[in-house]
Amino acid sequence: MKADVPKGTGSSLGEAAMAPVRLAMAAIDAPLRWVQRRLGIGGMATFFLLPNMLIFGVFVLLPFFINFAYSMTGGTALFLPDRSFVGGEQYARLFDCANYTDPNSCAEDTFWTAVGNTAWFVLLQVSLMILFSLITALILNRELMARSFWRAVFFFPVLLSPVVVGLIWKWILQRQGLLNFGLYGLGFDPYTWLNDRNWSFAATVGVSIWAHMGFYTLILLAGLQAIPKDLYEAAEMDGTRPARAFWRITLPLLMPNLLVVIVLVLIRAVQIFDEVYVLTGGGPGTSTLYITQYIYETGFATQLRNPGLAAAASILMGAVLVVLTLVQLGLGRKGEKKGARK
Amino acid sequence: MKKTKTMLAALAVGLLTSTAAMAGDVRIMWYSDGVEGEVLKDLLDRFMKENPGINVILDNVSYSVVKEQLPVQLEAGNGPDIARVTNLKAQSQHWLDLRPLVADAAYWDENFGGQADWMRPDGSNQISGFMTQITIAGGFANKTLFDQAGVAIPGKDATWDDWAKAAKQVAENQQVPFPMALDRSGHRLSGPNLAYGGNYISADGKPAPLDEGSKNFLKTFVGWVADGTMSKDVWVSAAGSTYRAAADDFINGQLVYYYSGSWQVPNFSTKIGTNFDWVATGSPCGPANCTGMTGGAGLVAVKYTKNPNEVAKVMDYLASEPIVKEFSERTLFLPAHKGVLAKALDFKTDDAQAKAALNAFVEASKTLSDEARKLPGWLWSDAVYGALVTRVSQAAAGEMTVDEAFARIDSDIATKVKDTGN
Repeated sequence: MKADVPKGTGSSLGEAAMAPVRLAMAAIDAPLRWVQRRLGIGGMATFFLLPNMLIFGVFVLLPFFINFAYSMTGGTALFLPDRSFVGGEQYARLFDCANYTDPNSCAEDTFWTAVGNTAWFVLLQVSLMILFSLITALILNRELMARSFWRAVFFFPVLLSPVVVGLIWKWILQRQGLLNFGLYGLGFDPYTWLNDRNWSFAATVGVSIWAHMGFYTLILLAGLQAIPKDLYEAAEMDGTRPARAFWRITLPLLMPNLLVVIVLVLIRAVQIFDEVYVLTGGGPGTSTLYITQYIYETGFATQLRNPGLAAAASILMGAVLVVLTLVQLGLGRKGEKKGARK
Repeated sequence: MKKTKTMLAALAVGLLTSTAAMAGDVRIMWYSDGVEGEVLKDLLDRFMKENPGINVILDNVSYSVVKEQLPVQLEAGNGPDIARVTNLKAQSQHWLDLRPLVADAAYWDENFGGQADWMRPDGSNQISGFMTQITIAGGFANKTLFDQAGVAIPGKDATWDDWAKAAKQVAENQQVPFPMALDRSGHRLSGPNLAYGGNYISADGKPAPLDEGSKNFLKTFVGWVADGTMSKDVWVSAAGSTYRAAADDFINGQLVYYYSGSWQVPNFSTKIGTNFDWVATGSPCGPANCTGMTGGAGLVAVKYTKNPNEVAKVMDYLASEPIVKEFSERTLFLPAHKGVLAKALDFKTDDAQAKAALNAFVEASKTLSDEARKLPGWLWSDAVYGALVTRVSQAAAGEMTVDEAFARIDSDIATKVKDTGN
């Protein structure tokens, strides 16, 4: 169907605005036709993908191989040619452990402490993030008063820099922070939240959920809005209870979006660093020291840095992420096939 | 076509000038504890008026940038032309030898020779730069709190235990959260370690295992953190060897006794003003002696500079006697310049407390032990400091016992030594 174009000033203004676009299109049309004649239709896909693949190669693959090379070297020198080849020594050092569940029995105890902390963090943060994002998306999908306003409220923290997020919550949670000020006003004793191992850990989980939930809520909300309304109407006519409709209609149809969210949340959770570094600095002690901070401190921040050990730890972290992502994608495909068979 | 070529050439020139140092540019990386950044800017403005061909760019950064980012830049063969650094010895391979470039090398040897070895590779006679200030670690007491509590400020020969007892009494009486605080720094821990008889340097010049002297103080220290005598906020507030100061707690009147150093004097003078009375008290005594630690910040030339002659001119200017004198008097820093020290300094402050504090630190410099004087020029100081902070803070947070922390400190230092191939 052809849209009616109103005649008059608006139309001529639109055409004037489109003129440079048309000019640009005409300018690239000829060279593109020439490329197509040389490569054929099939080769055009490669042609368009090439810039992206080049960027990916230079900024992702190349650093990965350089990082791997670093992990095979020792010493404190920064440049690869100045470093001595030590083979798998850095990996052996990381895995030199009498009992993996007791970091104190490991040569690199802080690495295993960071691994343990990260595992707990991922477990809690990912499950709570998915739960809260889903609940929020379900609520925002309903006919609410000022729905756009509420959507903006939940999305707003996503726009903040992680450093700002860390600072805001530090001001709230520190000894003379806003929370203690409020508690004191209500007659309670102030508490040093960030000096308590459990509260600090909980704070890092809570703050990261607060900061990123809006983004995942938005993805889930888009998925919810794509579910045809007539399915719910049919279910309602059949007398299906809302809970059953959620489990039988909403959740299965939302699964592709949910899978994307799970993968993104998981990757982000394993990589957690900036807001926690500002909020707790990894403390108290090492109770909120996560793997990325360990890598940063080993490679850059400590006296007599060890880039090889940091590189080995980051390769291991990358490997874990790849495995987790593949498992999830595999499970997702299995679920899709199962759904299709039904 | 010609027009396009001209535009491309202009763009290329623009890009080149935006990334590379221009001839005559001298970039200084500088951090400030107090007002010294402003004073330096003023001095450099004067220099540029006198030397129109040299453009000095002053980058004011935080101390953590100097500590964490500058080393990486230097390893990569980059960095500023001049930097203000505290970790001088361990990075000495990156400093430029100014000896053939400065106007009068004998002047430098005569006036800064005492600390020249702190910033040059072992065995060389290189002139790398000069100390912008000599610092002495020591304590500060909130006199108003002591007076209000009716507790006498411990005297000159008071021990760490005496101070802990008095500070605790005052804090309880005045309902102040922290009786004592010591910066989260290996340098700061080392003063009392040495006072308790500690010695870090073995006969072959490499790090020695922790001895009984250091262990005794560290056990006491961890106990103080656990029972609330020492501020827990500072020591458990981070992982690793991250630096944390308790200066803000002292400035806010939340702290009775603060062990930091002479560099805090201008900061306190500016920020405390007349809010309360405070005094510098030198270093408390341990069983062995009453030493604190010495050290300071040095201004060093970086050997990757594209403009070594201009750098040498700037360094000659900043190291000249009248400039050092003016810088010290305006910043309230203790100078390292022998000639300036020999003459009377007129510190530019109306704050009698600051003047008295500076005199107290000059007095405290007389009780420095030989070991304390050696450590700033010892290659492994920072390896020891880093391990001390990391493990003591874990013990303070209750993650490991002090004995486990001691074993880890020794193994961490041994690993660092091995990593460097020594």
